[in-house]
Amino acid sequence: MLVTEQERLRDDLVKMADRFGRDRSALMPMLQLLKQTRYHISEYAMQVIADLLDIHPVEVSSVVSFYSFLEDKPQGQFVIRLCRTIACDMRGSDSVARQLVNDLGIDFGETTPDGKFTLEWANCLGMCDQGPAMLVNENIYTQVTPEKVHYILDECRSAFGIHATADKEH
Amino acid sequence: MIAEATRGQLTFSTIEPGSGLDSALERPPADALGRIEASGLRGRGGAGFPTSLKWDLAIKSTGDKKYVICNADEGEPGTFKDRVILSDFADLIFEGMTVAAYVIGARHGIVYLRGEYAYLRSHLETVLRRRRAQNLLGNNIRGRDGFDFDIEIRMGAGAYVCGEETALIESLEGQRGEPRNRPPFPIDTGYLGNPTIVNNVETFAWVVCIMAKGAKWFKDIGTEKSTGLKLFSVSGDCSRPGVYEFPMGITVAELLERVGGQGAKAVQVGGAAGQCVPAAQFDRTIAFEDVPTGGSIIVFGPGRDMLRVAANFLEFFADESCGQCTPCRLGTPKLIEGIKKLQQGRCSMQHLRELCALGETMKLASKCGLGQTAPNAFLTIVDNFREEILGRA
Repeated sequence: MLVTEQERLRDDLVKMADRFGRDRSALMPMLQLLKQTRYHISEYAMQVIADLLDIHPVEVSSVVSFYSFLEDKPQGQFVIRLCRTIACDMRGSDSVARQLVNDLGIDFGETTPDGKFTLEWANCLGMCDQGPAMLVNENIYTQVTPEKVHYILDECRSAFGIHATADKEH
Repeated sequence: MIAEATRGQLTFSTIEPGSGLDSALERPPADALGRIEASGLRGRGGAGFPTSLKWDLAIKSTGDKKYVICNADEGEPGTFKDRVILSDFADLIFEGMTVAAYVIGARHGIVYLRGEYAYLRSHLETVLRRRRAQNLLGNNIRGRDGFDFDIEIRMGAGAYVCGEETALIESLEGQRGEPRNRPPFPIDTGYLGNPTIVNNVETFAWVVCIMAKGAKWFKDIGTEKSTGLKLFSVSGDCSRPGVYEFPMGITVAELLERVGGQGAKAVQVGGAAGQCVPAAQFDRTIAFEDVPTGGSIIVFGPGRDMLRVAANFLEFFADESCGQCTPCRLGTPKLIEGIKKLQQGRCSMQHLRELCALGETMKLASKCGLGQTAPNAFLTIVDNFREEILGRA
């Protein structure tokens, strides 16, 4: 029997709803897991989640739009978030930002055409004593320099599909 | 995983896991609460609400289901001490929550961990599993019949405002992280409408130290109104940035000497929501009654452009404002416009006065702490660095 992508997505969401409990407080964990596994919270997914939790799809959409780590457009497999808050700014995050733009060929808020990288700003990442800091998915990189940007991106490309670890950075 | 950022030995590293909880369980819950009260411990997230008073209100609140929530949504610019506690002293956090559960009679605990710290989650889950195996969590904890308590970890998703306790609860309930009107307070209408206490990561860790070492030990340190020790996250223009433990009531000058920040022209105490203390006021003390802080210390050296600092803080708030109330939503972009004018040297004194009046309005009229503190950095920088920011070329 032919299983369409939509049916597969629906099955996944039903499993998530069962795991987190079918009430409103399951909404954030579901959206976070969906984003983590499929890199995209689609309109269809939001509709299914709304049905499962018995709320209006607009409620789901408004939660997705509120949080900066949730997005309704497709994002890359590697989401890079560079800290722009004061302590990292004082340690030169703007030159790291320019190098990221140069090396990826996209601006902040954009995704590379191959769907590998999304570039985003982040507010304080809590690494103020070791800035400039940036997150690549869930992994933190500290004392990033424009030169290191290239190595970090290469590491992502070669470890495609595997999460890079912070230990490898130095 | 993360390079060690602590400077000197912290009290937390001298506390044996289990010792604080055992000390609490030796006495009735009311006596355990009495010990917290006698220590004078105030909330370490920044607002400084007396911890024992919050717990006492939760005890008196009627409801058979009560919640203990740990606010690990550390998002204040310049603050990273909770990250260090989460990665190095997770036992103390969970133990402090367990003591709280014993005192207020809760069975459910939640750690709300900021999305930016997702890399700490697996470590925290490991510690939780170990504590369950050691009977420090779960059913009949430490052999005490009917004392059941467990903790789950829930993730934030990148919203500074969720550090405000009612916004945090909204987020846990699957809503946008918009602060609620208070009252009612979480202690009677909290998570899912149940009595809930929300305390900072560091507060829970100090609770365990107080249980283990006694109230007097804590009370004898610090000032009369701000007792005990506090962790500080130090960054910016200093030679030894990192996490420090200092007594409350330390002066800005003393602190600068310890961290290698002598010669600074200003220090931002309390993060973006805090205030900018100029060199002339370095004899002021860091305490709830003078310059309060959740632990964020950012040092600005002689060469720093204070207008750039103010602009950075305001852009932070403009981005993080939840948009619910008008003074905050519209006030922050107006102040940013003003800063752009100042940067171009096109701001009249009259306009600057109006901007300051707008800042005062935001402090008075905003709904939650975010909007009420958003203009602080701008106002204190305008106040103290007038010559630097006016009449630019």
